[in-house]
Amino acid sequence: MTIPSYAEIKVGDQLPPLTTKEITRTTLALFAGASGDHNPIHIDIDFAKRAGMPDVFAHGMLNMAYLGRLLTGWVPQSALRAFTTRFVAITQVHAVITCTGTVVEKRDGNLVALEIEAADQHGEVKLAGTALVELP
Amino acid sequence: MIDTSFIGYVTEPFSVTVEKGRVRDFSLATGQSDRIYFDHEAAQAAGYRSVLAPPTYLFSLDLDREDSFYFITLLKIDIARVLHGEQAFTYGAPICAGDTISLVTEVTDIYAKKGGAMEFVHLKTSATNQLGEDAGSMTRTVIVRHPQ
Repeated sequence: MTIPSYAEIKVGDQLPPLTTKEITRTTLALFAGASGDHNPIHIDIDFAKRAGMPDVFAHGMLNMAYLGRLLTGWVPQSALRAFTTRFVAITQVHAVITCTGTVVEKRDGNLVALEIEAADQHGEVKLAGTALVELP
Repeated sequence: MIDTSFIGYVTEPFSVTVEKGRVRDFSLATGQSDRIYFDHEAAQAAGYRSVLAPPTYLFSLDLDREDSFYFITLLKIDIARVLHGEQAFTYGAPICAGDTISLVTEVTDIYAKKGGAMEFVHLKTSATNQLGEDAGSMTRTVIVRHPQ
């Protein structure tokens, strides 16, 4: 990994985007087990329907993990200082998520502020957030 | 309505060991490819004690209790009405396989919006590792829907 340096970063720079594989029911089952989030709304369609949802839907934290990959694909994880997101919309099964990020500010202390976003194949934003990284 | 007298409630410390297999499963389930998230030697070569927990793994450590939705039980919320509103992390010492992490969660706010159609709960969890180092923190906003 070539780590970007603080000096060479410019406001407006884009992170290399990340597009995930399609989120399947298997993805949700494996993420439920691995993440420890066993909320049945994500894995049990009968439960989801009883709760008034048309189907199960993806864990918000699955998408946040994808945004995490966007960040650690750009800088080492040790550069991360803060990482925040709002869960804007529910992510349906079969979504293909693309994560993008933009440098919005350079701060003292070699800190770079980013705006980050996860959207599905229709361009609908699912997660919108910010991150702060410290660059060499 | 959620009992707002729980604002300021702090849990007992919860001690959890970071399991290598779980970190690998999590990394696999989220599509990681970097070997530091899977392999002890690769992680050590990159300067970590062992397999590195990805940036959002603290959330999973907090779920690793007998009652993973402890705050839902505590606040008497119906899990079918729960949505995750916001999530934030700050970072300290890296969390690696084999670490023992102590977690303390505080209920920092409870309030309603839209005439009680939605309630919001804010939780802050702080992590300390076995060396007494700050291992980061997370805050989450839980939304409880009450369709009218």
